[in-house]
Amino acid sequence: MEWISWLQLIIGFFIANVLGYGGGPASIPLMHREIVANHGWATDSEFSNILALGNALPGPIATKIAAYVGYDVAGIIGSLAALAATIVPSAIALILMLKLLQKHRQSPVVKGLTLLVQPVIAIMMLLLTWQMAQSSVTSIGWLQSLIIAAVAFWAMQIRKIHPAIVIVAAFAYGGIVLPLLDVV
Amino acid sequence: METTKKQGNMYWQLSWAMIKTGILGYGGGPSVIPLIRYEAVNHYKWIDDEEFGEILALANALPGPIATKIAAYLGYREKGIIGATVAVLAHILPSSIAIIALLASVQLLSGLAWVQGMIGAVIPVVTVMLGVMAYEFGEKTIKGLGIPFGIATFLIAFGLLQGVNVHPAIVIILFLAYGAFHMRTVAALKRRATRQAAKGRKEEVTRGMD
Repeated sequence: MEWISWLQLIIGFFIANVLGYGGGPASIPLMHREIVANHGWATDSEFSNILALGNALPGPIATKIAAYVGYDVAGIIGSLAALAATIVPSAIALILMLKLLQKHRQSPVVKGLTLLVQPVIAIMMLLLTWQMAQSSVTSIGWLQSLIIAAVAFWAMQIRKIHPAIVIVAAFAYGGIVLPLLDVV
Repeated sequence: METTKKQGNMYWQLSWAMIKTGILGYGGGPSVIPLIRYEAVNHYKWIDDEEFGEILALANALPGPIATKIAAYLGYREKGIIGATVAVLAHILPSSIAIIALLASVQLLSGLAWVQGMIGAVIPVVTVMLGVMAYEFGEKTIKGLGIPFGIATFLIAFGLLQGVNVHPAIVIILFLAYGAFHMRTVAALKRRATRQAAKGRKEEVTRGMD
């Protein structure tokens, strides 16, 4: 019954992306909802690793998440199914709109839609942040979580160091220092 | 003979442009837009700057990842459905294969202590990234809706998502349903306010005349 998981992948990634107004990052909390809560395709800690590596690699974030989760659930076909559900609906919509509805570009309806989806995404992102913080404390304890989070915040927001470098540094710290401290 | 050569060229152009932008675009969709613009407008001259701006504006108004929408449209514009498929695949395949290979090997080694450490240490970094994104979306909300109404939307969204536990899809659809009327509501409120102000002035004027 592999086709059931293909179908679930298509529906899950379609919902997450068709509701994600504002590009790839806006659909992260929606994808998390489908992947972790609804279908149990990954745990919180797995999801955070997918996000971390996804952020460290170039290319669009939503398609990287879809490619990996689809592959993990149902192999190459699963990967293609999740990718298609992520890309095809919005791509077709853009092609159709550019052909037919060019005049609606400045439409107040479209502006209102884009504006009003943002508070929901902001709150979903906030709830996801809280959930990740809890997952981090469970995994490596509150002290290490706090230290790494503080350094990461300082590096990315204040020193403006590229996230990919911060992620690689975190991997190095986790691979070398954390096993010595016996926290994992 | 010549037409087939041209065709081959165009698919090659599309693929090469999209592979480059897919690999060089660090930081997800939005950061890749200037790169795609360079390839489409300056380098290969498929479209002019104005048309690119139009495509971008419409792509922004639609849901879903931004870069793949633009890649699909450029491919479709040059070579129809096959062109769209080629452009999108070229844009996403390298990074898709890379993440599958990397994560599959992490999973394979996940029993080892140092891999466990790596998996654990990256969670706080992701937490910070998500927190920053939450802040940025919140900032955009306040900028677009103003402080009182923006905060009201936060509270309603929080209450529905966390308090009542409504499915996010339904919350988003509710907000979108209102969003379709938001601009008209704001315009109507403004009109009423100016009308009342005008009326008030008129009354004052007539009072003064009496």
